[in-house]
Amino acid sequence: MALPFKPRYCCDTPRARTSAILAYTLRRTLILIVSLFVAAVVLFVLLRLLPGDPANALLGVGATPQQIEAARAQVGSDQPLHVQFGTFIGNLARLDLGTSFVSRASVLEEIGNRMSVTLPLTALGFLIAITLAVPLGMLSAIRADRWYGAAISVISQLGIAIPVFWVGILLVTLFAINLRWLPSGGFPLRGWSNFGEAAIGMVLPALTIGLVMGASLLRYVRAATLDVLGSDYLRTARALGAGFTEALVRHGLRNGAVPVISILGIELATTFLGAVVIERVFSLPGLGSMLLLAIQQRDYPNVQGVLFVSTLLVLIIGFAADLAQRLIDPRLRGRTRVEA
Amino acid sequence: MTLISVDRVSFGYTAERRILDDVSFAMESGDTVGLVGESGSGKTTLLRLLLGLARPDSGTITFDGASLDPRNAAFMRQFRRQAQIVFQDPYSSLDPRQKISSIIAEPLRSLRIPGDHRQMVADALSSVGLDADAAGRYPHQFSGGQRQRIAIARAIVAGPRLLLADEAVSALDLTTKIRIVELLASLGTRMSLLFVSHDIGVVAALCRRIVILERSRIVESGDTAEVLARPQHPYTQRLLASVPRLSLKDTRS
Repeated sequence: MALPFKPRYCCDTPRARTSAILAYTLRRTLILIVSLFVAAVVLFVLLRLLPGDPANALLGVGATPQQIEAARAQVGSDQPLHVQFGTFIGNLARLDLGTSFVSRASVLEEIGNRMSVTLPLTALGFLIAITLAVPLGMLSAIRADRWYGAAISVISQLGIAIPVFWVGILLVTLFAINLRWLPSGGFPLRGWSNFGEAAIGMVLPALTIGLVMGASLLRYVRAATLDVLGSDYLRTARALGAGFTEALVRHGLRNGAVPVISILGIELATTFLGAVVIERVFSLPGLGSMLLLAIQQRDYPNVQGVLFVSTLLVLIIGFAADLAQRLIDPRLRGRTRVEA
Repeated sequence: MTLISVDRVSFGYTAERRILDDVSFAMESGDTVGLVGESGSGKTTLLRLLLGLARPDSGTITFDGASLDPRNAAFMRQFRRQAQIVFQDPYSSLDPRQKISSIIAEPLRSLRIPGDHRQMVADALSSVGLDADAAGRYPHQFSGGQRQRIAIARAIVAGPRLLLADEAVSALDLTTKIRIVELLASLGTRMSLLFVSHDIGVVAALCRRIVILERSRIVESGDTAEVLARPQHPYTQRLLASVPRLSLKDTRS
């Protein structure tokens, strides 16, 4: 009994599949560049909307008109807006983020230094979150009818409700003040060259991020697992002879991973941005504290630089999450279109 | 020889409401039996019990003379090898993220059946009328009818003696339905077939014997042709009367 027609699809061969993924990556990269340009425009407009002239930041209260004119020429704010914008975009394209008004140091270099705190902090927090959320989320779904399944679910709900700075303060009170196991904050001046002290300084902040982020991630893992548990293909696998664990591993992990990965991208971006608060609580010299300081000092180049680099990182994380999803899900793989 | 015997089985998901009440029937080896009833009559639950996915509250089910006990893992593995199932929805019963080869080979892996799995998958695909190159694709690349063929290929790949089908053609359009019924009929010559459906027309075309279930109880059973020609129970009569017929009225005037 042969079929009257033979269907052909764009992704029948591995080669066609690879080219579909490449085409998608290319389109997605273009979108990344356009988004970055839009972000740069928004950044430029927002900073110009702020009252006062950037030049004022350089001067004291009693500056003479001549001094103000000189300062405006120095920072370029005496030029017409479109010229300023052209210079701004041109500098960004060359990754020239300018020099700080206050320290006269290169903004890019300063961001690089601060990143050596923020990136490991985010990565470590993220790792802790995944390590907690994936097994516990699955367990709370599989054992939803037992007391510990329900308990995990309730605790994770609490974790979402509690603000991140409060978890930080709680951990400091417990581990730094009461138990005296870990420092309450700070980072060695010599940075990672003093590895032991730097690593110990990272523990509590990373744990704070990990717990808070893990709580919401756990909800998603739990929901994805419940979806898989109720799925017809899992029931079918069981009916055809697979044991529960076998069926769950074979069908659950991959199917459950797809929705979780898209959330992971968002969570990672949120964590990175949320580091501002955490760095404040633990007095860490990261990107977040650089931003706060720059705003206080009206250090325009620094504010601009941090915001631009953060936007870039968030966009790249989103890009990576989208790509990972395509690689895992064969239904998306053949499509080259980028959905909004 | 009796293949399946259901003896005075009762079952309820809660203590208050019985889904199956004192149900008894037997199925001979090599037979094709249609289990008919409307939604909520207990057909799918009975199938779950027959598959060992749930245990009856009272009564016994035997397969090939041995009592079906879901707690006996060794027996269940033997049983699953001999009894496989095709479910209703061809869209959701196939894992969207696995290739067809892997989906069809699933019972072979789960039941640890030795042999050349690739060849067995190719044979199963050809038995259901699909090309061998279907093995390298994913479920979303197939139509509903083709997916149901894939589900049937998965159910027969381990060489079962009994094929259970739960509303296996209900989700398909009419022409596809006819093709799948033909496919099941041809398989019915090689193995016993228990076909659960609310569609009495399909059962009439496919099954030698019929069992009619109404609100948790079996109300009538016997040779399909006989039961349909002379329905004894009022429910069977109503069921037959409700089969839609194609009437071509002249609407031009």
